[in-house]
Amino acid sequence: MGKLFRSFTGGIHPFGGKEITKNDAVEPLFLEEKTEVVIPLSQHIGAPCECLVKRGDEVLIGQKIGEAKGKVSSCVHASVSGKVKKVEERRVYDGRMMMSVVIESDGKNQEVEYLPADYHALSREEILHRILEGGVVGFGGAGFPTQAKLDVKHPERVEYVLINAAECEPYLTSNYRLMMEDPKRVYGGMEILLHLYPNAKGMVVIEDNKKDCVKVMKRVFQDTKVSVLTVKTKYPQGDSRMIMEAATGRKMSSDFHAVDLGCVVCNVDSVARIYDAVSLGKPVVNRIVTVTGEGLNRHGNYLVPLGTSYLKILELSGGANVENPKYISGGPMMGTALMNLDVPVTKLASSLLVLPSDDVMNAKESPCIRCGRCAEVCPGRIMPLVANRYAEKGDKEGFIAHGGMECCECGCCSFICPAKKPLTQNIKSMRRMIINEKKKEKVHG
Amino acid sequence: MDNQLLNVSSAPHVRSKDTTQSIMRDVLLALLPTTLVGIWNFGWEALLLIVVSMTSAVALEALYQHLMKKPIRVLDGSAAVTGLLLALNVTSTLPVGMIILGNFIAIIVIKQLFGGIGQNIMNPALGARCFLVISFAAQMTSFTYDGITGPTPLQTLKFQDQASLWQMFLGNHGGTIGETSALALLLGAGYLFYRRIIRPTIPFYYIGTLVVFIALFGGHGLDPIFLAKHVCGGGLLIGAFFMATDYTTSPTTHMGRVIFGILCGLLTGIFRVYGANAEGVSFSIIFANLLVPLIERYTMPYAYGSSPWNRKKNMALFQRMSKEE
Repeated sequence: MGKLFRSFTGGIHPFGGKEITKNDAVEPLFLEEKTEVVIPLSQHIGAPCECLVKRGDEVLIGQKIGEAKGKVSSCVHASVSGKVKKVEERRVYDGRMMMSVVIESDGKNQEVEYLPADYHALSREEILHRILEGGVVGFGGAGFPTQAKLDVKHPERVEYVLINAAECEPYLTSNYRLMMEDPKRVYGGMEILLHLYPNAKGMVVIEDNKKDCVKVMKRVFQDTKVSVLTVKTKYPQGDSRMIMEAATGRKMSSDFHAVDLGCVVCNVDSVARIYDAVSLGKPVVNRIVTVTGEGLNRHGNYLVPLGTSYLKILELSGGANVENPKYISGGPMMGTALMNLDVPVTKLASSLLVLPSDDVMNAKESPCIRCGRCAEVCPGRIMPLVANRYAEKGDKEGFIAHGGMECCECGCCSFICPAKKPLTQNIKSMRRMIINEKKKEKVHG
Repeated sequence: MDNQLLNVSSAPHVRSKDTTQSIMRDVLLALLPTTLVGIWNFGWEALLLIVVSMTSAVALEALYQHLMKKPIRVLDGSAAVTGLLLALNVTSTLPVGMIILGNFIAIIVIKQLFGGIGQNIMNPALGARCFLVISFAAQMTSFTYDGITGPTPLQTLKFQDQASLWQMFLGNHGGTIGETSALALLLGAGYLFYRRIIRPTIPFYYIGTLVVFIALFGGHGLDPIFLAKHVCGGGLLIGAFFMATDYTTSPTTHMGRVIFGILCGLLTGIFRVYGANAEGVSFSIIFANLLVPLIERYTMPYAYGSSPWNRKKNMALFQRMSKEE
């Protein structure tokens, strides 16, 4: 099959916005003395961590402060050296309150001693344990603990290891910068993954708007069996199901996991972190945050210690240039609008996006004209206009029967709708409601 | 900063620029070439009818929404499109009172009584046209061109062949105001495709089916001139590109659009070949409009990866991954 066909059906082409920060090299952000960082004890899907420190403790960068609890969980680490001020509930980016460790930086940025290792000498369990201890999660936004994902019953049967480097959300360039500046770490992570799955074929999947990135990746992987696959630039190409279809032709419905169909899909940032955790023994204490948007005076890609307040990042970039802009953590399609800027950066915060005007507020809803555009763009191949009707009525059976649960919440339908109906929003709330009910049934029944 | 209220909303935070209004504006723009040809062809009478029709459509909708205390949505432009389409689908000699009556049927009876934009069960302009054809058959079917009343090329095609294909393509012959020039209609359709307002599915299957039907049952076999005349003649092009593709009254599923197009083509073929009239586009589209809910119901697509054949494939992969040795 030709290059052009490596994609999926549906999808949209929103304004790219990547040019703004594409060429800004990653700058590390150092916090001076007395700066406070707030590290939530849950920066992943699954059970929150158990706190290992108490008020007054001295901590160093990379010191474990939260121990993973249960199978689906991940550790968290201190991102600055300093003194633990408090352990209390703090608000996080999506508005919830989360038990967090508040650390006051001493400005020295002392790190713990890391223990490098050669992955060849480690057993499978040891590798997975090092990934868990390193606090590696799915950096694409889901935050699923990586070791839980990689823990497969029959690793030798896995056929594909896919690195998701599509970065299809507009404006975001953190993955792009990572691949341009640190391809060796991606390479190292891929080696470890292929060591875990000896019979798998490795692929790096990149959208065709990042030509220079493809070149870099091809060079890094030139003497290996790993192939670099260029796919069509289209949102949401970076959804793991769309990546899978583009690379392998396998179409996964929501009742399967990628690994059920013989694939392991990892975000490129997570892969680099696997290398850090396994080979270098370095845990996740920072992440690349793209600070961008037309509403900002200065933009850039920063390596930000976890727990830094968004306010701090905003100050650093000179603040917004318009009155009342919209602040978003993540991309414009799936990111979370911030209702309070004094919240910490977590492992899942890929960007701080400042939009000068709010499309959502300016959009006036009008009746559906049945143009069918939502159905044309829906990558989940459902009919958002129909699912929306069920959601508005609160008809759960109809919603499920129509395939509403296959929605990946990508936002394409709301984006394209000429009547400006909140399709994604309605379908999303209905979907969450049903998922929560099912969870409750499981607990009680 | 502490107490500042920020704009918050659920994702996505960006929206496309297209609105209902911009779509209607594009449709009006796309109808401009054929409107101009119609005025050039049929003179001031045509212009008067178009102006009266559009004004009355907009006025009636505004009046209804005002009287019924509904939100005033007349500025979305859909009433203007309906008014223009209706004018383009009547002859230039139609009395002005009748076009106002037609707009009353289109806007009030067919559109507003069913719930307004997005809710009508048939294309308002076509429904009104059919109402006028049935009620005032004489006025609706007297086609004058250059001061001479005579049959349309499609009628002569059925009874005795007169017009040249070139004439039919350019549009200097008798017919309704907007249907005569294939060239102008294709220009407009091209614009709609370019702006992605309509998709080719329905017109393609509609015209394709009609061509196949005429080739099989039209009595002239594969004669390309005869087939081309059938495509250019009558209201087929304006129907296929501007009426059958009406959002509200055509299916939203892909398979549904295919079936809808084929159905329109079949019906038009039957009406043209076996019917008493030479025409058939309006009635076939209206008939197909009424079947849209049924068509949609049976053409709901499978959600991603959930089709039975894909499930089977996935189950096989799953078993390979999970079976014990």
